[in-house]
Amino acid sequence: MIKKIAITSENVDFLEKISKLSDQVITKCDQCGTCSGSCPMVGEMDITPAQLMRMVLLGQEEVMDSKAMWICASCFACTVRCPRGLDVSRVAEALRQITLRQAVDHIDLNDIPDCEMKRLPQIALVSAGRKFTG
Amino acid sequence: MAENNVSVMDRVREAGRAVITGVDEKDIAHWVEISIMGKAYKVPADLTIMQAIEYAGYRLVRSCGCRAGFCGACATVYRKKGEYKLKSAMACQTRVEDGMYLVQIPFSPAEKPLPDIRKDPYESSVLLRYFPEIARCVSCNTCTKSCPQDLQVMDYVQAALKGDFKAVAEGSFECIQCGLCALRCPAEIVQYHMAQFARRMYGKHGSPKEKNAEKRIGELKRGKFDKEFERVMALSLNELKTIYTEQQKAREVY
Amino acid sequence: MSPAKNDPRQKSKDSPETSPFSPGLKIPYFPGCTLKTTAKNFETSALAVAELLGIELVELPRWNCCGTVTSLTSDDLIHHVAPVRNLVRVEEMNDNGAVDEETRLVALCTMCFNVLKRSNLRVLEKPEELEKINNFMYLEKDYQGKVQVVHFLELLRDLGFAKVKEKVQKTLRGLKVAPYYGCLLLRPKEIGIDDPEDPTILSELLEALGAEPINNPFKTRCCGSYQTVRDRHAVAELTYDILGRARKEGAELVITSCPLCMFNLADRQKEVVEKHPGFEPMPVLYFTQLMALAFGLEENACGFDQNYVDARPLLKGKALIK
Repeated sequence: MIKKIAITSENVDFLEKISKLSDQVITKCDQCGTCSGSCPMVGEMDITPAQLMRMVLLGQEEVMDSKAMWICASCFACTVRCPRGLDVSRVAEALRQITLRQAVDHIDLNDIPDCEMKRLPQIALVSAGRKFTG
Repeated sequence: MAENNVSVMDRVREAGRAVITGVDEKDIAHWVEISIMGKAYKVPADLTIMQAIEYAGYRLVRSCGCRAGFCGACATVYRKKGEYKLKSAMACQTRVEDGMYLVQIPFSPAEKPLPDIRKDPYESSVLLRYFPEIARCVSCNTCTKSCPQDLQVMDYVQAALKGDFKAVAEGSFECIQCGLCALRCPAEIVQYHMAQFARRMYGKHGSPKEKNAEKRIGELKRGKFDKEFERVMALSLNELKTIYTEQQKAREVY
Repeated sequence: MSPAKNDPRQKSKDSPETSPFSPGLKIPYFPGCTLKTTAKNFETSALAVAELLGIELVELPRWNCCGTVTSLTSDDLIHHVAPVRNLVRVEEMNDNGAVDEETRLVALCTMCFNVLKRSNLRVLEKPEELEKINNFMYLEKDYQGKVQVVHFLELLRDLGFAKVKEKVQKTLRGLKVAPYYGCLLLRPKEIGIDDPEDPTILSELLEALGAEPINNPFKTRCCGSYQTVRDRHAVAELTYDILGRARKEGAELVITSCPLCMFNLADRQKEVVEKHPGFEPMPVLYFTQLMALAFGLEENACGFDQNYVDARPLLKGKALIK
């Protein structure tokens, strides 16, 4: 499917914002797909890590509607394998933070069912709190 | 509504003056300039913040309670002129200082879940179940800095994460539940409610049983004091009054 | 490939000649919240085996939660305060004599290790950020940047696995164990303690204990981490793959170094069985529990009763416990 897009200054602003927040030169991405191949959660994602990078590269803010960034487990497999030395996990974090910093949490800690709260170790709640709440 | 041509505000002002009853304003040597919610006032330097607010003519219907530093109602947040540090104090226990810019915070909005003392397990997961937000603590220490009682609030929140009910109970023992910690916390934790919950659980499950109380309850149940109760209940009002007055006379006067 | 000096498999800066281990070594130790609660057996077994190896793990006083997983944005400093505060405690321990010129901080929980080391590296690389954090924590002493964060496995490697082997009372003969590394022990490269693609440290440990290490191609694949809170069935699928492959390669037991990996690999087997009824439960232990067993320690030091999947029937079958 071919989609025609026009790159405006708004797109460029979005790319710069994410680049700065993640401290990555996102334009280095050559779309090789190694990150997608390494990602353990890719099966659950709506777009792959490489597609996420592509959308950010083109400044497409619709990437904010995708679920992929929330399914990322911060395992850094993409980070160690990217042949351009890009830290893809930091790009995912930057995208998450855009939403979280607007006081829009991805999960409500109170929604976790009681039976789960009895089993979950602290470390799970602390790390989920860090990645899914602002 | 005016009574005897004296307005309500005049009477309020007079009531405030009662703080320095018997002292002529001309004789007060030391004055300080403070600002109450953005309005400047000159008040005698020896007053507490609460007295100063009343001296300025305010009648406190909130942010005022026991006036003895115990109830937590008069939480006050202030800055001093030329300083950026935000400070907190209890208005009834703190003297005014020159350049204080102050505001009172009568209430901190927070839900207070109650444990089911009998059913809830005595382990760290129960604290996380009722207060999952404690997992968000970033150890910034803002709560400790906000506490007018100088409690180590961050330490007891961390103790909660470690499942150490005793440390939470001991660390929060002197908390007067003013709510300032919860208002300033970036992780939106309600420290003082969590602590009270922990103290209740600790009291039920963790702290050593008070043996004398248990002994006394046993004696009561066995009827050891029944005769004495019946005797006192049978006394007339005058007899009670006589006994009471004699007792008071025998006591030391504090 | 990375040059030799950046090879994480190289020993720490102290060479074997000037051994970092004197008898009765006291070293600051960071437990982390989970080791004090649901992963108590990890701590108990580790403290016991460390003592036998002549290492006293001295718990950091007034430590706070490390705040895993590390904050990855460029502008966020507040989330680095918690780890740095712990590093200040290490320096305090040195100042007040609780330890003697020992600025290493050892962590058992891999996630704690990762976040502490990452924050440490960040503030060492960016002195202006360290200054900001120090100013923010004005009630604390300034962090001087002296601490080196190490994982307990690095301590063992520096000691030498030969020394570990000396303490073995009960060789774990016939026990086929698949090491599971997870992510945060090995990634990113500047934090990892071994090669992220082909690590060997846990296999070396297993060989020293007399067990047979089984290679699992999924040994470095993420267990799903905190996604277990949001989507436990997705995590269960990862567990199914990781453990299923280990079983296929011949493993009877899996070892790990992280309480969240433990939860995802062991406790989530409940969800695995719901979706894959034929799934054979796989016991998962902390590596220190196996060490405790091999060192001949009592059962309460090994802490097998706290593991979700009971390893004792397997161990009894191998005549390793009664």
